Amino acid sequence: MKIAVLIKQVPGSDSPLRLNPAGDWIDENVVAYEMNESDSYALEEAMQINERSGGGEVVAVCMGPDRVQKIIREALAKGADRAIHIKENDHGETDPLVIAKVLSEAVKSEEFDLVLSGLQSDDLGMGQTGVLIGEMLGMATATLVMATEIQDRNIKVKRELEAGWFQWVTLPLPASLAIQSGLNQVRYPSLKGIMGAKKKEIKVVEKSDLNGGDSKQSLTNLHIPKAEKRTEMISGEADQSVGRLVEVLKSELRVL
Amino acid sequence: MDILVYLENNNGKIHRISLEAVAAAQSLGSELGQSVGAIAIGEGAEILGAQASGLDIAEVLTVSGDQLNTYSADGYSAALAQIIESESPQYVFAGHSYQVRDFMPRVSAKMGIPFLSDNIAVRVENGFPLYTKQVFHAKLAADVTASSSPCIVSFQSAAFSSDAIESGTAAVRSVNVTLSDSDVRTSSEEPFQESEGGVDLSSADIIVAVGRGIGKEENLPMVEDLANALGAEIASSRPIVDSGWYEPFRQIGSSGQTVAPKLYIALGISGAIQHVVGMKGSKNVIAINKDPGAPIFELADFGVEGDILEIIPKLTEAINNAKS
Repeated sequence: MKIAVLIKQVPGSDSPLRLNPAGDWIDENVVAYEMNESDSYALEEAMQINERSGGGEVVAVCMGPDRVQKIIREALAKGADRAIHIKENDHGETDPLVIAKVLSEAVKSEEFDLVLSGLQSDDLGMGQTGVLIGEMLGMATATLVMATEIQDRNIKVKRELEAGWFQWVTLPLPASLAIQSGLNQVRYPSLKGIMGAKKKEIKVVEKSDLNGGDSKQSLTNLHIPKAEKRTEMISGEADQSVGRLVEVLKSELRVL
Repeated sequence: MDILVYLENNNGKIHRISLEAVAAAQSLGSELGQSVGAIAIGEGAEILGAQASGLDIAEVLTVSGDQLNTYSADGYSAALAQIIESESPQYVFAGHSYQVRDFMPRVSAKMGIPFLSDNIAVRVENGFPLYTKQVFHAKLAADVTASSSPCIVSFQSAAFSSDAIESGTAAVRSVNVTLSDSDVRTSSEEPFQESEGGVDLSSADIIVAVGRGIGKEENLPMVEDLANALGAEIASSRPIVDSGWYEPFRQIGSSGQTVAPKLYIALGISGAIQHVVGMKGSKNVIAINKDPGAPIFELADFGVEGDILEIIPKLTEAINNAKS
């Protein structure tokens, strides 16, 4: 199979996060970036599909400024065969339709059998890109994918429904799948992989050379949300905190 | 109509999250002086139409056909796009359910109209709606606006209360779409459940929930000791289930159970949206986390900043002493 995996670099779940002095974006200087969680599962699934079906090519596709080369290298070290970096100058476009159009333009001529993406990004969480690209490239789509099985020119996927239900869906290839976290065990790059990654091709495409169309939605007024509740914060030594908690459980919540 | 709400079929009933979207539409509609309608698609469309005829909206549209008997992203997106084309609403509202995530982006791409997804609120400024969206692990929020019409907007579970919905009478109208068999490329099997729930978390008074912060499986017995001391049920966030440490029925959140106990103790759970939607109805929340910026503290009545591995055993001991 010839498989494109869309990967995005996002602030890690434990990363410090604050607004920049202008207040219009996060302060990128303090952020610890990493590969979006569900994207790393998508990458792993792409490699496993090709290992199971006897070969093919996995191409990591990533949009963003120079800093995203870090996760591109990581994808190559883990086993992606080559990469396409769509280079932006700032922190990036936020309209999913524009993002999907740019990515579609970048991968169209490659005629991939499969496009795999993470279900949603941990930064903006629009949760649309893989499906938008599927529609734009005329592919069948499935989301919340928890397992995959190649069957000749079809792919059968286990989709997660709500409240603990699942469903098997069969799609003809080419198809675009949005992968749910947790469907496989993500591998670590080997030393050999890290060394080998240096020789692999990273094709750099300028985003400005791809026509994404006009932005139709905008994201503004980034702010720290107001707390929904009055929270009594308890800090200090563990023994003191535990003392206060037992008091709360006993006299305020009356569960002891 | 001006605002068209998509009604999702949940086992023959209108999905709760769709009713919440109706409440959002009614609220925005009355503020902007705009009419609200609804649309049900597929085999059960008429049943849902009958249920929605008791709502205070202008009309309910139903659409069915051979290609729409079972859900598919291809079929539903093609049908809804044709209806948006013919009915020309300014806004299409929906709950941000798994089904909506699966097909609504196709409608957006087909028509070239924006899909503003997973919002938690709407307000009107200068005659235009602004939607609030949580971003960056819910540590930040932002305003989202559409610069073209029509637009599609989805709302997170529990962003609006379905209790706020206005009752009334609505006319039901059956509408037609043109689909051929080749429009639906996928085929789906019957839905199934993987594991039967061993415990009914929804009736538990106290839930002790554990997340990624526990670190490793060997640390779980201390959580079980704490739960025993409190007479609580044990639950978890998704990463714990993904690691195979607990059965899926213990998972709280959008892909697991929704609970509303008297007391919810969140241990090492950061408070990602996907988890929070399953527990934010809890009467009291205690959160213990080493990261003072963890979004779980936003919903906590009592928040302890600290290392759960150190605090849990001490808390269990102190509770046992307090009881004896």
